[in-house]
Amino acid sequence: MAGSTLEIKDLHVSVEGNEILKGVNLTIKGGEFHVIMGPNGTGKSTLSSAIMGHPSYEVTKGSIHLDGEDVLEMEVDERARAGLFLAMQYPSEISGVTTSDFLRSSMNAVRGEGNEIPLMKFIKQMDKKLDALEIDKNMAQRYLNEGFSGGEKKRNEILQMSLLEPKIAILDEIDSGLDIDALKIVSDAINDMRSENFSTLIITHYQRLLNYIKPDVVHVMMQGRIVKTGGPELAKRLEEEGYEWLKEELGIQDETVGEQA
Amino acid sequence: MTVDTKLTYTNEYIEQFSQDRNEPEWMKTLRLEALEQVEHLDMPEPDKTKIVRWNFTRFHHDFVSGENISSLDHLPEEIKDFFDQDNLPENLLIQRNHSIAHAALSKELKEKGVIFTDIFTAMNEHSELVEKYYMKDGVAVDEHRLTALHAALMNGGIFVYVPKNVQIEEPLQAVFWQEKPGLAYFNHVIVVAEQNSSLNYVENYISNSEEETVANIVTEVFANDNAKISFGAVDNFAENTTVYTNRRGIAKRDATINWAIGQMNDGNTIFENITELVGDNSLSHANTVTVGRGKLIQNITAKTIHWGKNSEGYILQHGVMKDSASNVFNGIGKIENGASGSNAEQTSRVLMLSEKARGDANPILLIEEDDVMAGHAASVGKVDPMQMYYLMSRGITRKEAERLIIHGFLEPVVAELPLESVKKQLKQVIERKIN
Ligand SMILES: Nc1ncnc2c1ncn2[C@@H]1O[C@H](COP(=O)(O)OP(=O)(O)O)[C@@H](O)[C@H]1O
Ligand SMILES: [Mg+2]
Repeated sequence: MAGSTLEIKDLHVSVEGNEILKGVNLTIKGGEFHVIMGPNGTGKSTLSSAIMGHPSYEVTKGSIHLDGEDVLEMEVDERARAGLFLAMQYPSEISGVTTSDFLRSSMNAVRGEGNEIPLMKFIKQMDKKLDALEIDKNMAQRYLNEGFSGGEKKRNEILQMSLLEPKIAILDEIDSGLDIDALKIVSDAINDMRSENFSTLIITHYQRLLNYIKPDVVHVMMQGRIVKTGGPELAKRLEEEGYEWLKEELGIQDETVGEQA
Repeated sequence: MTVDTKLTYTNEYIEQFSQDRNEPEWMKTLRLEALEQVEHLDMPEPDKTKIVRWNFTRFHHDFVSGENISSLDHLPEEIKDFFDQDNLPENLLIQRNHSIAHAALSKELKEKGVIFTDIFTAMNEHSELVEKYYMKDGVAVDEHRLTALHAALMNGGIFVYVPKNVQIEEPLQAVFWQEKPGLAYFNHVIVVAEQNSSLNYVENYISNSEEETVANIVTEVFANDNAKISFGAVDNFAENTTVYTNRRGIAKRDATINWAIGQMNDGNTIFENITELVGDNSLSHANTVTVGRGKLIQNITAKTIHWGKNSEGYILQHGVMKDSASNVFNGIGKIENGASGSNAEQTSRVLMLSEKARGDANPILLIEEDDVMAGHAASVGKVDPMQMYYLMSRGITRKEAERLIIHGFLEPVVAELPLESVKKQLKQVIERKIN
């Protein structure tokens, strides 16, 4: 079987009683690179958080399935072990836990009991990925995300993705706060993952990432829904003309989810 | 309700006890004078913890010898975990009940004049030296009833002395094993580092007494000019032992005293750790971690008192409370008039793992001088759900995520312990207690 399929149907999500997502439909098949674009405040992070199971986000309607399995029935850790990964926009800092210990714990968790990675093999793999991402080796011994710069945090998220080899990776604004060199390095790492067993949902509100990563499908999110879907040419047009034409076409004044009307 | 704090110890008992130990006259006098004061002195009043119902009177004080441990290859089960078999410390004292069961000090250190021996032997062989430091400039006999009681009833402990200019790299380890149930531990430890000397000292208190009893421990640590002492400890008293522990440091000019204390008692505990930064440019890091479980009630005070100019005192207290355990942290920085250029910082944090657990963190600054720096931070809270979410989003189970966060929370202090084996052992104790 070629890769996994993530299927989201009519997804409604509320935070603190406010409905943010208002019926999202999205299917990602094995090997596909999807991009969701859209201005700030349109619900992109809410979608990624709901898929991963963030405790503050309540799914009020709709469904998420991974290869037919009901994702909404799973605990956060089960979702990860099932093959989902979310590079977070704002990853937590965890004092006293070294990045390396954390990486090893999560790799072993994903690999499952009895299939733990031997220490030397882990170190080798980690070092290789650290080199590829041009991350200072010291980072492995630093406490997880503590005192990391914005760019270091982003690279650390990508490092985790590379080591955990998920089936479907959601990358929430992985490009923000990265300079051009870092952007290239991160893009290379993402492109390296490309295979029929890996798909990704890249969330961004800049187009510049797409100079380095070729998407198969481009979606635009506004007002808590996917309002337009197309190919790479859609991203190109957004880059050149902005969102105004689209808002006009759809009759949208305020694209954000906004306070509940 | 009144609680019986009366004790039945007489002058004759104390005299006999002192004579049986072959103590010098000054010690006998000190004991008798202390006994007289016991009744007139008040109990200590730890801030925010009521101790009136705690048992401070029911215990067996008699001196009890422990069996010798002739070879470390055959360590008794109960204390085995406290050593790294492949890496046994060269300098080691094991006190079993009240007597020394094993003593080792390297030839090299002996030749340099290092003293590392039990308190009674020290009083015989170095009477003047012990007298100079014993409850004089450190802990005073009459601070309150428990210090006086300690002075009257002291029944074990050790004396560590590092002469001028002697720098010791390898740690000195002391293990105090309360093996016999109900045995009272009135332990006295003195650590002296003379000018320009340095040492790493680490001690373990181990007990598994199911009978109720009392530990009343006084430790006095002296870092003379430009000396550096790193003091590690893991206290591990059992549930029915009421513990009063007083660890006091005196740092002279350019001296450093760093504390890394794992407070892992299961019995109600008062722990005070005061460091007097007497000399100019003296420095202290006072780090404590604790894990409380069951019905533990605990009061932990760390205090730095700044007398010297440019003295620096950093207090770090991290505690994890589960079940219905309750913990008060007091972190006090006191800067006296004249201690200009000093810096006092206190951080106290409590992580609570259950609804019934209690935590209190009180950083306090008392400043009598203008030209100083000071800062404090405190928090009492639960495990951060965002941290849990982050770890779990990488496949780590809820239980394992919580475990990682707790160990991480305690790590800043654990990492400071000077012996790998003690570090490992503390981690094991933490693991056992949080599970
Ligand atoms: N945890 C939260 N608490 C309250 N409001 C939230 C929370 N998360 C998101 N929102 C609201 O939901 C809307 C969409 O946010 P988000 O999904 O982060 O947008 P995007 O990622 O597209 O910028 C915003 O109006 C935001 O204020
Ligand atoms: Mg966002």
